[in-house]
Amino acid sequence: MKKENGEIYPKLKEIIVNYLPEDVSVTNIQLDSNFTQELNINSANLVDIVLDVEDAFDIMLENEDMDGMQTVQDAMAIVERKIKEKEA
Amino acid sequence: MNNRVVVTGLGVCAPNGTGVSTFSDALSKGKSGITFHKQLEDLNFSCQIAGSPNIQSLDLNEYFTKVERKGLNANGLIYGVIAGVDAWTDAGLEAREEEPDWNSGIVFGTGVLGVDKFREAIYQVDRGEVRRLGSTAVAQTMASGISAFLGGKLGVGNQVTTNSSACSTGTEALIMGFDRIASGKATRILVGSCSDSGPYVWGGFDAMRILPRKFNMEPEKASQPMSATASGFVPGSGAGALVLESLNSAIARGAPIYCEVLGGFVNSGGQRQGGSMTAANKEGVQRCIQQAIAISGITSDVVDAVNGHLTATQGDPIEIENWAKALNRSSEDFPYVNSFKGHIGHCLAASGSIECVGTVLQFKKRRLFGTLNCKVIHPDILNWAHPSKILQQTIPFTPKVIAKASFGFGDVNACVIFKAYSA
Repeated sequence: MKKENGEIYPKLKEIIVNYLPEDVSVTNIQLDSNFTQELNINSANLVDIVLDVEDAFDIMLENEDMDGMQTVQDAMAIVERKIKEKEA
Repeated sequence: MNNRVVVTGLGVCAPNGTGVSTFSDALSKGKSGITFHKQLEDLNFSCQIAGSPNIQSLDLNEYFTKVERKGLNANGLIYGVIAGVDAWTDAGLEAREEEPDWNSGIVFGTGVLGVDKFREAIYQVDRGEVRRLGSTAVAQTMASGISAFLGGKLGVGNQVTTNSSACSTGTEALIMGFDRIASGKATRILVGSCSDSGPYVWGGFDAMRILPRKFNMEPEKASQPMSATASGFVPGSGAGALVLESLNSAIARGAPIYCEVLGGFVNSGGQRQGGSMTAANKEGVQRCIQQAIAISGITSDVVDAVNGHLTATQGDPIEIENWAKALNRSSEDFPYVNSFKGHIGHCLAASGSIECVGTVLQFKKRRLFGTLNCKVIHPDILNWAHPSKILQQTIPFTPKVIAKASFGFGDVNACVIFKAYSA
């Protein structure tokens, strides 16, 4: 579990950084950062983040998964679960 | 009483130059923006030449954020943002950070926006992958994507809209902005228009067999406005933008004034009396010009130059006839007339705004730009205008009043009157 986390987080961060407004820096990204409220990411761009996550981890997210994706931590959990489901 | 309206900023993204000084130089020196397009050859177009702005050397990061550039595939939108932001900057204005500028607005037209993005979306939808379209397919393909995008960039809070009237779009946008300021509903309006490049926009015209087919090897000679050998219009693309502002506002903030807009008029020939989807009702055109002049509070004898629609088709002599009849001036009394389509082709929905920018630059440069490729004037034109009035070369001249008109599919007309500014 720890090891997986270690692989997912940097990849996820790499994706998120593409959608940060100009005045928010990469150092603002923390596990508990809320995408729209703390990182100031336009809520419409969450759709694009989901698509990039799907490509990066070769998984598919459902609409419900997206609804529950408020923070970076949430996204990590969803990705972990999807990878497990795929491997199972 | 109506507010007086002046032009305080210009921006342009044209096939023969992006940026006002480059464009002005290109018009003055007769630099063509028409090139051969391999893609059109590969797709079996008869006309394989066109005019597209060359924006490869521009740093798009000056106009778009990193997030906005992701998946951006709407070239008309890119041209429009470049021209619009440049015009705003040229007028000495800045984007609002917090509260919007409630007295400034945008009227920025287009024919169809984001065609390449729309194509991308159609393929994805047809593959059953609608969920993978991403978040920007709507904003890049809705017609008002351009005014919406500029509105957000600049932070304006007055009317923000997109008009569409085929090839008269740009000139119509200018007149709409003028009316709004003159009537006191706004202080400042960014007006303009943009048109996409590419085979999906130009294909329909190629299919109509109205584009020149014999110049694929010598593209720069293809577009010949007012010429005896004119063989069709060359498709173009790009964007033009002008900041219109109440005279009081311009004076109050010490803005540079390019010229005054006296007034304008738009109408339609109703596709009657010889007018159709593609041809103009002559009476409609003449009425439009005459009403523009009447609304401007001038008489036709003070018009010393005309920038025509003049697309380089066999319809050009009819347009000259319409000007002669509308102004009631012919032969040596006919005003100077030019067309920029020899340089840039017919930029469709963007033509009116790009050409209005060029027209206004003539006041600043104190010259009238020559019409490229008008070597032998069409004989029917000489029935109405003395050859010395057909501008084949750039001449030094200090214009007082210039009329500019644009006409479009649907038998729609737009005519605006510019005047050198004096207090």
